[in-house]
Amino acid sequence: MSGFGTLLYKELLRFWKVAFQTIAAPVLTTLLYLLIFSHVMQGRAPVYGEVPYAAFLVPGLVMMAVLQNAFANSSSSLIQSKVTGNIIFVLLPPLSHWDFFAAYVLASVVRGMVVGFGVLLVSLAFVGVSFEHPLWIIAFALAGSAILGTLGLIAGIWADKFDQVAAFQSFLIMPLTFLSGVFYSIHSLPAFWQELSRFNPFFYMIDGFRYGFFGVSDINPALSLAVALANLIVFTAVTLVLLKRGYKLRH
Amino acid sequence: MTPAIQIQQVHKRFGAVQALSGIDLEVAQGEFFGLLGPNGAGKTTLINILAGLTRADSGSVRVLGHDVVTQYRDSRRALGVVPQELVFDPFFSVRETLRLQSGYFGLKHNAAWIDEIMHHLDLTGKADANMRSLSGGMKRRVLVAQALVHKPPVIVLDEPTAGVDVELRQGLWEFVRGLNRDGHTIVLTTHYLEEAEALCARIAMLKQGRVVALDTTSKLINRRESLYLRLRLAGGALPAALADRVRDSRDAAHTLRVHSYAEVEGVLAQLREAGAQIEEMELLQPDLEDVFVRIMQDAKG
Repeated sequence: MSGFGTLLYKELLRFWKVAFQTIAAPVLTTLLYLLIFSHVMQGRAPVYGEVPYAAFLVPGLVMMAVLQNAFANSSSSLIQSKVTGNIIFVLLPPLSHWDFFAAYVLASVVRGMVVGFGVLLVSLAFVGVSFEHPLWIIAFALAGSAILGTLGLIAGIWADKFDQVAAFQSFLIMPLTFLSGVFYSIHSLPAFWQELSRFNPFFYMIDGFRYGFFGVSDINPALSLAVALANLIVFTAVTLVLLKRGYKLRH
Repeated sequence: MTPAIQIQQVHKRFGAVQALSGIDLEVAQGEFFGLLGPNGAGKTTLINILAGLTRADSGSVRVLGHDVVTQYRDSRRALGVVPQELVFDPFFSVRETLRLQSGYFGLKHNAAWIDEIMHHLDLTGKADANMRSLSGGMKRRVLVAQALVHKPPVIVLDEPTAGVDVELRQGLWEFVRGLNRDGHTIVLTTHYLEEAEALCARIAMLKQGRVVALDTTSKLINRRESLYLRLRLAGGALPAALADRVRDSRDAAHTLRVHSYAEVEGVLAQLREAGAQIEEMELLQPDLEDVFVRIMQDAKG
């Protein structure tokens, strides 16, 4: 196996070995959101026409799980390795910054997709949803998990301690996901907040992802995908520069 | 022949601390080389630069002719590093750890060599044990094994015997000597000077980021004058003429400094004339520790 292949395999094995925590737990948490929010909010938040609120909620929750778990995977793996010192095992071999980047991000994508699929599967037991454009669903899930995997890598590179990664997650990732239209359509918001939401890259990922299910969205999905890909390119470029320079890794 | 390691004018600063100030060092292929110095002298920083774990501010470092920054793939393939810190990945067993490490180097079908290293390092019985469950000494062995998975021609051991029991230490040295005999270049840092003296053919001493001594071990030891004559007198006192040779005196036991074997006879004659009777006598060879202490004192300021 190539160095890249091995690092990817190791990253997959890492979360697979603790699947209860990395897959089962987030699936359960998301399911609780679904049950509680759909019960409390049913009929209160106007969403797309005749789409019931619970059905509207499902893609949002699935995408939220995809994004958060993709972020958690690369960031926690990296910060654990840095804090315990075993990061040297991957810094000593002849792995390039591309190998490093691709392995961590791909593992994050896989973790995000697996958890997202788990959430979707379990949700379908309670709520019926349609699948109008499956390719859009997959495209947004891939792009979203790749973006968050990359952000997780940036957080892991930058942080020196666990609580800095936790801060990144709590003060940036969580607010951006919660305020991105997971639980509501932005059209139900006052104009100011609607406009503000358009500056949240997570909004485009969730909106486009939802389009794949219902064929309806707040924004044209092609535009959403373009925004997502632009974000991915920028974050990728930043990460590759950090890795190539060895920022905080080979200091 | 290309040097195993070539370090030219390496400087490194961490904030206000100048860790390395202009290190020049060359280690030939097949050498058993010692890197000594007190804590904070810059040994680990130098090794980290060699391994690509830290980047030098200026200067160049090559492993078997490959620059560690611009040709890092080749230089890292040529180098195996046993780190000082006892690090491990708690997710994996010993065998998994070694397989992964081998894979990072892009090696396929390496199972036979992995089994062989585990056998040599007495790890076979623990092959499927999780890293967490191993004792400190066992973890240390795994680190050695990890450094060897890709059969590196140049091996660097950063204080591999710190906190390790005698049996493992001896086993480890036996193993490392064997590697050296097979043609591997070995670079070693240690605080146990008798180890360095017994193992290393050539030694560099570092202090505050500078090389303060660099020579073969035997020359380092011999170029320093001090031989010591340890005496226990049965009767009579030490003549006053010998007072300036005294390194220490306790009751009837005295340790005198002599500069050569020829001087020993003169000292004995003086004792005889003074009527002192010798009960016990021992001539102490200088060792690396004396030399180390002296050089570190000389290099002060």
